[in-house]
Amino acid sequence: MSNVAEQVKKIVVEHLGVEAEKVTETASFIDDLGADSLDTVELVMAFEEAFGVEIPDDAAETIQTVGDAVKFIESKAS
Amino acid sequence: MFDLTGKSALVTGATGGIGAEIARSLHKQGATVTLSGTRVERLEALAEELGDRVHMQAANLSDRDSVAQLVPAAEEKMGGLDILVNNAGITRDNIFMRMKDDEWDQVLEVNLTSTFHICRAAIKGMMKRRAGRIIGITSVVGVTGNPGQVNYSAAKAGMIGMSKSLAREVASRGITVNTIAPGFIRSAMTDELNDKQRDSILSSVPAGRLGNGDEIAAAAVYLASDEAAYVTGQTLHVNGGMAMI
Repeated sequence: MSNVAEQVKKIVVEHLGVEAEKVTETASFIDDLGADSLDTVELVMAFEEAFGVEIPDDAAETIQTVGDAVKFIESKAS
Repeated sequence: MFDLTGKSALVTGATGGIGAEIARSLHKQGATVTLSGTRVERLEALAEELGDRVHMQAANLSDRDSVAQLVPAAEEKMGGLDILVNNAGITRDNIFMRMKDDEWDQVLEVNLTSTFHICRAAIKGMMKRRAGRIIGITSVVGVTGNPGQVNYSAAKAGMIGMSKSLAREVASRGITVNTIAPGFIRSAMTDELNDKQRDSILSSVPAGRLGNGDEIAAAAVYLASDEAAYVTGQTLHVNGGMAMI
């Protein structure tokens, strides 16, 4: 698992209060991890802060799973 | 009680009668206050009166660029924003059949749309801090209606609806969103009324007198306080009993 993936996972676990095993790459924030729409906004804000990237609203709407988030952040960082 | 020491507040329309009283009261309770308004000399005079813990940010709420700068500027000056008071408002009264498009548009833009933009800019920081107070100054006419004010009452009713929906969205994050609905408050405008007009207004007010700006400000202090943490999505009517809702 990449550094970004590790950190994303940590943020998700902390923010949503879910067990780390559940935070797989394909896990959907809303369907699998019990997030509501406000949680997803806050996760995006937390990612922005942690990785120093800007995630515009239209991109944020496409980030549905843990893997989506990792992919987006890695694409920005590289 | 109602200690606001260490809190940061932004008051729009702070040069108006009610806005200035709200700014004074929040400041008196210990808050750092950013005063916003269109009339710079009045902002400066109020800032001078209050002394320390005061900042100014002139803004014209009919100008969207000016609106967009308001919250970021206030947050930068104060290092955050805990209390937002959307107080600025204008009237362009006319009977419905004569009301012009631009009278409608201006009142909706300044009284309602700018409130939406300012709230949206402020909510992000409040979400991060897991705390915040948003207070909108609406009006009794937003609930009861008033001839000659279809635009104003629509905007003020819109503010109430918007506050309720936003309150539901962010309540779990420690942010409350409420409105205050003043009735007839003593102001430069009411001072110009003749005795007959005044008597006619007062006949509809059980308290038998006009309200004072500081009585609206007291309601704002309450809603801004930690003590009001469980009050959200409400409209607090301060009107001497003229409408009991």
